[in-house]
Amino acid sequence: MAVIKVKRPKLNFGEKIYFGGLIKGFLLTMKHAVISLSGKSRGGKELGSSGLGVTMQYPEQKWDEHLPEHYRGAPALVTDEQGRERCVSCQLCEFICPPKAIKIIPSEIPADDQWAKVEKRPFEFDIDMIRCIYCGMCEEVCPEQAIFLRKDYAITGLTRKDMVHDKKKLYEIGGVRVGLVNKWNELK
Amino acid sequence: MDPLLLSILVTLIKIIVLTFVVVLPLVPICVYFERRFSAVIQDRVGPNRVGIPLTLLGFKKDFRFLGLIQPMADGVKLFLKEDFTPVHVRKAFYWLAPVLTVAPSLITLAVIPFGSSITLFGMKIDLAIADLDVGPLFIFSIASLSVYGITLAGWSSNSKFPFIGGVRSTAQMISYEICLGLSIVPVLMYFGDLNLGKIVEHQSQHGWLLLPFWNDHGFCLPDKATALFWIPAFISFIIFTISIFAETNRMPFDLPECETELVGGYHTEYSSMKFAMFFMGEYAAMVVGSALIITLFLGGWSAGPLDGWINELSLFGAKIGGFIHLAVFLAKLIAFILFFILVRWTVPRFRYDQLMKLGWVIFFEAALVNVFLAALVIAAPYLSTAVIGIGAVLLIVLCIAVIWVAKVSEEKVKPNSGLLGQA
Repeated sequence: MAVIKVKRPKLNFGEKIYFGGLIKGFLLTMKHAVISLSGKSRGGKELGSSGLGVTMQYPEQKWDEHLPEHYRGAPALVTDEQGRERCVSCQLCEFICPPKAIKIIPSEIPADDQWAKVEKRPFEFDIDMIRCIYCGMCEEVCPEQAIFLRKDYAITGLTRKDMVHDKKKLYEIGGVRVGLVNKWNELK
Repeated sequence: MDPLLLSILVTLIKIIVLTFVVVLPLVPICVYFERRFSAVIQDRVGPNRVGIPLTLLGFKKDFRFLGLIQPMADGVKLFLKEDFTPVHVRKAFYWLAPVLTVAPSLITLAVIPFGSSITLFGMKIDLAIADLDVGPLFIFSIASLSVYGITLAGWSSNSKFPFIGGVRSTAQMISYEICLGLSIVPVLMYFGDLNLGKIVEHQSQHGWLLLPFWNDHGFCLPDKATALFWIPAFISFIIFTISIFAETNRMPFDLPECETELVGGYHTEYSSMKFAMFFMGEYAAMVVGSALIITLFLGGWSAGPLDGWINELSLFGAKIGGFIHLAVFLAKLIAFILFFILVRWTVPRFRYDQLMKLGWVIFFEAALVNVFLAALVIAAPYLSTAVIGIGAVLLIVLCIAVIWVAKVSEEKVKPNSGLLGQA
């Protein structure tokens, strides 16, 4: 690459005096202040402003309606429309979870069960929400379409124990999901 | 009662009220306005949630005070923080430095006329703590002591960044003290008096220095001498205002203490109360600087042609016009503080060599030439035309000489400089 010599631009007298630039700057800043106070900030409507600038005043105003489709919230396990819990405790999500927030203890499905051909289901499934970074890799890697990231983001608790979502809580958050691939159905 | 005892008591009450009830609360108000006004300039909201958490008691909404008690929350936080002294500092100076920063700022309040006089129980009380005949001189000399505070803070911290910040800040403050003093000389020549109270009374009767549009009988156009003096007065105002910005280490001159340059500058190693004192000292210096600008150039407590009417106001036999003037003064003060904040978010920071060049080369010469110009303008009505002509010619020659000297001493950029000497 050729070497380019960059010269400092020569300022004319008006620019050197700097006062003209100052006054223009003041007018620009005051314009921003006045527009902000009157609630007409540029981009205010799209960002759901509260009438002062472009800020949305949480928690009086939330942006839950405007969350994009791909928003990554808290992970949850889903149940099938046939009532089967989708997770087969393959532990792929536990393996790929970057902060190791997921802990699974697999167990076997007894032979006399309706879904015996599936053979495995989780005995315990804990996601430590303090560790979870909402990256979505567990959802991406799951071969059973069992774990999905929902749209809730305000996960709070008063103790560390509260913040660990166990299997019951995960299925409760996840609910029923329709339209998934039914790998384990009887062959037609 | 013994008149001496009475006057001591009155002075004591004035000290307590004016320092601790008027100015020291102004510091948190300053902080509040800084955060709120900065936020509004930047299209955001600023702190507005500190209040009584009524929702904890079962009400539907919290009672918020528009964030007005946010500075109080800040103060409580700083008070309750752990006040540690690092092991490697020089203890005596480390403890002394914050005091040396905050005390001079508060002492200089003593000579500022906050309002005209009030008459209580037949006794006339001036709303200035000390009616010194050498007002501005007192302020400059005491304010120079605050340089010690910053120097000691930077040096005693025994650490690289605070040291650099302290050195830079010291050099900056000392350089701009020259223009500070020199730029006021034309104004003092015009008023003929150094007593700040008398200066404000003169402006109250004959129009503010920068807006000389009224006299005792209402609005009127200024006479020729006053109108002509407006030019040196305006130059003086600009140089003085910018020097006050530099003295208080305020944008765009805050290179010694900005976060992107020097972590915290000279107050990096300080925590809770000592840091709060630096903080308070800086804002108090801003308040005093603004008060001085308003006193000298914008009429102090004067409200224009309304002064005559305000002076006659009385409530239950006590003349309270002074309080209304105090309110006018505080309104002007807050407007000027808002101007400080506006400048902070408008002007980018100056580089250190640009800063020093501005102080020593440009403002010093401009203030010096301004003194001669003002002398010529003030003396013009008493001199013959020939002498005025000679004076004007001398002034122009002086200007050209100064500009020529500045140009000649600029460093020439070598033609083959940079990039291994390749043209």
